[in-house]
Amino acid sequence: MIAIDVRNLAKSYRVFRKREGLWGSVTGLFHRDYKTVEAVRSVSFQIERGEMVAFLGPNGAGKTTTLKLLAGLIYPTSGEATVLGHVPWKREIAYRRQFALVMGQKNQLWWDLPARESFRLHKEIYRIPADRYDRRVGELTELLEVTKLIDQPVRELSLGERMRMELIAALLHEPEVLLLDEPTIGLDVVSQRRVQEFLRTYQRERGLTVILTSHYMKDVEALCERAIIINEGEIKHDGPLADIVDRFSTHKVIELQFAGTEVPAGLEEFGSIVESQPPRVKLRVPKARVAETLAAVLSRHNVEDVGVQDRPLEEAIAEMFTQHSQANAAKQSDQSDSA
Amino acid sequence: MRDRLTTIWTLLSINIRERLMYRGDFAFATLVRFLPLVTQIFLWAAIFRVGTATATGKIQGYAYGDMIAYFLLANVGRAFSSMPGLASGIAKEIREGSIKRFLTQPVDLLDFYFYARMAHKLVYYVVAFGPFALVFWLCREFFPPLPDYWTMAGFGLSLVFAFLIGFFTESLIGLIAFWFLEVGSLIFIFMMLNYFLSGHMIPLDFLKDRMPYAVDLLIDYLPFQYLAYFPSAVWLGRYNHTELARHLVAAFLWVLALWAINRLALARGLRRYSAYGG
Repeated sequence: MIAIDVRNLAKSYRVFRKREGLWGSVTGLFHRDYKTVEAVRSVSFQIERGEMVAFLGPNGAGKTTTLKLLAGLIYPTSGEATVLGHVPWKREIAYRRQFALVMGQKNQLWWDLPARESFRLHKEIYRIPADRYDRRVGELTELLEVTKLIDQPVRELSLGERMRMELIAALLHEPEVLLLDEPTIGLDVVSQRRVQEFLRTYQRERGLTVILTSHYMKDVEALCERAIIINEGEIKHDGPLADIVDRFSTHKVIELQFAGTEVPAGLEEFGSIVESQPPRVKLRVPKARVAETLAAVLSRHNVEDVGVQDRPLEEAIAEMFTQHSQANAAKQSDQSDSA
Repeated sequence: MRDRLTTIWTLLSINIRERLMYRGDFAFATLVRFLPLVTQIFLWAAIFRVGTATATGKIQGYAYGDMIAYFLLANVGRAFSSMPGLASGIAKEIREGSIKRFLTQPVDLLDFYFYARMAHKLVYYVVAFGPFALVFWLCREFFPPLPDYWTMAGFGLSLVFAFLIGFFTESLIGLIAFWFLEVGSLIFIFMMLNYFLSGHMIPLDFLKDRMPYAVDLLIDYLPFQYLAYFPSAVWLGRYNHTELARHLVAAFLWVLALWAINRLALARGLRRYSAYGG
């Protein structure tokens, strides 16, 4: 059953282009230049109920704009979307009771009051019955290991503790859809791990539909099986996370450990050396030539250990974005030449 | 209905608790507001000494005692109508993007701010009651005898309308941030006009028929007079019952109009909102 259905969704902004310098500021008082930025261009995808999908892309790719559209914060320029059968930007109360939006960089809790006060306010505005509320607060604070901190003013909590409280506030009313924008941004490794583990357990137990945007590939790998990659407002990939490395990485890494204490000379002819810590070395080799390279190295040198690794997801995605930007730049240059 | 009342109570109580969190700052801010009150009393005493030949002399129909009574009552009106930080607070939420909680959660932005402000006022009245009572008691000789019940009821209503008009004018300025983002100058202009045209600085009788016709029109046809002058003038018996009723109806119509304009501005503003700030 489809929970989120997005068809040809587009959002463009008209932004003011300020001229540089003091004179630019003065002339800007009388005449302003605007340009249209297409943040999201005809994006389409469907997400089933209970799916957890990563929404990936570089800064300014259109991830957060898409989340804002799905949360009903902004109106689209064109296109359609329904979440749990509701059009988000109609902002119906029934819809607001069924989803939650958590933004890693935004604090929704009352800064000067203990988190419990914010939870109590949520209890009232979401009309959560008292017994269910008590049970939920107990469960969630225990799962996120913040039971002892619930009566401490939010301003006195660490970033990681605050984020866990934000998650509790967002989940108290048992939303069916959760939109997470960079939930682990700025967190230390321990807090990141805790948030990841919680999200994985909670999502599986509750069958929650989740869209997650994150720049931390560890979050994505730990939580999502499907990824939608967006760049310059367009979807570049929609499918299993595992396919991304296969599809977008043109190289693999061969790790070799030689007998003795040295790395033999002349390895450059097989591929580029990524790392060399004698007697170990890592070679970056085109995917198509892995077997051939391995055979050649093994026949010529005394190798004690060998391993072939896919490139990390992060690098594969970065490579994909770089290729895409270069292709776009070339296309624009061709167009300007022909003009 | 019960659920709604519980929500209102929760909004009120959480705002009260937040207000009381910084006890020192709050108590200081509340008490410091009395300093201008005291300095104004001394200032008017000096003006009357210079401006009138005798101790009972009048300026524009006001004796010194009338002026102090007017001024203290105008400050009661101001205690209801002034909304420090409301417009700038709404504008900040819009500019920095924290307004999104009102769009994603089942709570209305104007309702939320309304109850928050009500909570702030309730706390303020509790703290300010003592000092206000003391100043009124010290100046008791300047007040006329208690008005009749209708006038007293009218005075109570005038304070409610002062609160509502004050709230809706400031919230409207805050909502303008949907278009301009920064409304600091607008707030400054509003405060100046408010100080002058509400009768907070001097009674509006001082201005009527003595200023250019345009100023008279502004006083008569804008709602500023209901923010300070009107409650004071009601208690001091400057209106007969018919005039009082006419003014109360006018103030009520202003409340309705401002509420409608606020709702319209919020709906239009949200359409052009770009969810700035990530």
